[in-house]
Amino acid sequence: MLPRLIKRQTPSASMVYLSPVLALLLTLVASIILFLMMGVSPAAALHAFFVEPISSVYGLSELTVKATPLILIGVALSLGFRAGVWNIGAEGQLILGGIFGGTTALFFYEKTGFYIIPLILITGIIGGMLWAGIVAFLKTRFNANEILTSLMLSYVAALLLNLLIHGPLKDPDGFNFPESRLFSDSALLPILYDGTRMHLGAIIALVAVGLGWILLSRTLLGYQIKVIGDAPAAGEHAGFSPSKIIWITLLISGGAAGLAGAIEVSGPIGQVLPNISPGYGFAAIIVAYVGRLHPLGVLFSALLLALSYLGGETAQIKLNLPVAVTGVFQGLLLFFLLASDVLIHYRLQFSKQAAV
Amino acid sequence: MIKKIISSVAIATCLTVAGIASAETKVGFVYVGPIGDHGWSYQHNQSRLALEKALDVKTSYVESVPEGADAERVIRQLAADGNDVIFTTSFGYMNPTNKVAKKFPKVKFEHATGYKRGNNVSTYSARFYEGRAVLGAIAGKMTKTNTIGYIASFPIPEVIRGINAMTLAARKVNPDVKVKVVGVNTWFDPGKEGDAAKALIDQGADVITQHTDSPAPLQVAEKRGVYGFGQASNMKAFAPKAQLTAIVNNWDKYYIKQVKAAQDGSWASTDTWDGIKAGMVTMAPYADAVPQDVRDYADSVKASIVDGSFHPFQGPIKNQKGEVVVKEGETIPDGDLAKMGWYVEGVDGTIPK
Repeated sequence: MLPRLIKRQTPSASMVYLSPVLALLLTLVASIILFLMMGVSPAAALHAFFVEPISSVYGLSELTVKATPLILIGVALSLGFRAGVWNIGAEGQLILGGIFGGTTALFFYEKTGFYIIPLILITGIIGGMLWAGIVAFLKTRFNANEILTSLMLSYVAALLLNLLIHGPLKDPDGFNFPESRLFSDSALLPILYDGTRMHLGAIIALVAVGLGWILLSRTLLGYQIKVIGDAPAAGEHAGFSPSKIIWITLLISGGAAGLAGAIEVSGPIGQVLPNISPGYGFAAIIVAYVGRLHPLGVLFSALLLALSYLGGETAQIKLNLPVAVTGVFQGLLLFFLLASDVLIHYRLQFSKQAAV
Repeated sequence: MIKKIISSVAIATCLTVAGIASAETKVGFVYVGPIGDHGWSYQHNQSRLALEKALDVKTSYVESVPEGADAERVIRQLAADGNDVIFTTSFGYMNPTNKVAKKFPKVKFEHATGYKRGNNVSTYSARFYEGRAVLGAIAGKMTKTNTIGYIASFPIPEVIRGINAMTLAARKVNPDVKVKVVGVNTWFDPGKEGDAAKALIDQGADVITQHTDSPAPLQVAEKRGVYGFGQASNMKAFAPKAQLTAIVNNWDKYYIKQVKAAQDGSWASTDTWDGIKAGMVTMAPYADAVPQDVRDYADSVKASIVDGSFHPFQGPIKNQKGEVVVKEGETIPDGDLAKMGWYVEGVDGTIPK
């Protein structure tokens, strides 16, 4: 007598937006149980996780530093996901943006000029677009599955960065260690608040949220994206070109990921390293879904995920909790979100009748 | 019941009094990987525990901190949290450590394996290549196929030094030895490391070693009936027959010494590069498979390194082209070892440029 999933005729509209809240509550309940089982006071643990990291100006500024790449990529990825274009390789596009932007920064080493930072950001966007463009080309020309190609190109991007950082980008005075020189000051993003690391990228991320919102709700392109995603046949009948949407959404998400990469190297890192990103491109996929593929939702979910990283560090320092707790927390959140989503679109039926 | 309450109150008072009286030193640690039960971060954590036992200190740590934008935040948080000494235990923390150190001039920072120091930043590392020379001596005597397999992580000086030291020591006892190098581009990936071990054994290697963190290569060696060595930790539990010995990192003495210096005010920025003699590099007990004459020889190599009569990089040393680059009677100076970027004769592999 196993329960069966029956598709609901009309999923509740309000629940679609409430499910992230429900998932968050369930995650909290589950983590309280987890903390109790680990012999840690849940109040102390939750305080360390969610309150302490943002109870100082510096903590808040760090939240923006951590959330910036997640917001940028999350907003852009949701456009593609809305259209049914599954770009899983934002990580690789971010790395390309870091390589391009970083190379620009090193090219202007010890030079000054107002144009250097815009050039770093623009070349970063170009790098990400090039990498995503390969995916779009393979998809539209050969109908190659973009999930596979974009994911595999991420590994290629990581190896390419490795090759360059052990070669031409290596610091000539760096004892043969794989790191570039530290960028000159004129290649570092301006800091928004003295004494913190909050940089120009935070504003760029907010602008991206606004642009994403306008694009989706106020433009023909946004309308086409939604129609192609919801009803491809209807979209084609209306004369919308699916391959145009594939190209545009991949170039936007690739460009945004590339921009995030350029922002990381010229912002909080300040040099090119073998590891530019601790997996922002992949985490942004979670961010996009937790944010309901809506720019404003992405903003909140990126801040939440960023907070969970910061909280994980605080919990380690203050309570000696293992780093795995952070991973468990993020996994729980995604699990409950997916479970809630399933139950929004399906209902459980307990019947003795065997499945046909 | 009342007794219980009284005693717990008494204990609580004692604890508070003790806490106020000692104003204990706080020490923070940043690890690049999970603590786990073997490997690089595990050894640092073992020494953190040894430090706690030896001195009146309170320690805290953060594990699996990526070597990118996150490192600076974690190090800064440890500093802001009132730690008096902070050990950052991976090369990639070099610039973040120095950045934070400028903002916290009273906190002492200790960065492992880097080269940038400051008024309140020391650097430290171990001469692991001395251990590699002992492994090379054993491998050179044990190999039947004259082929040693070497799984390398990244082509950085630290790894290249290890490969060269092992090759020189092996060829000293067995000039026909070739060392085949496979790079895996990771510090920890059991799948990749295991595959590399299989490939090397398929190419005729009957002794393998690795400069990566997982016991996977040793497990492959155990299964295939060849020999290997543990890396960073004693990995005998993973491969009781295959592990001939292991290089075991030991930071105990250094951590205790530096924290003690911070406590009594004698701490000063230094660069420490210690080896077998100082007990920073130690060797696990030999396996049963190592015959007595090989044990004796390995011990003599170790002893000669300790008494200074032998240096793993003393001439004559030839490069891969067969040209003599270090003459008889000369030794490669530390400064050149620190940035080593070439292979010695007998290494089968290339360094990406």
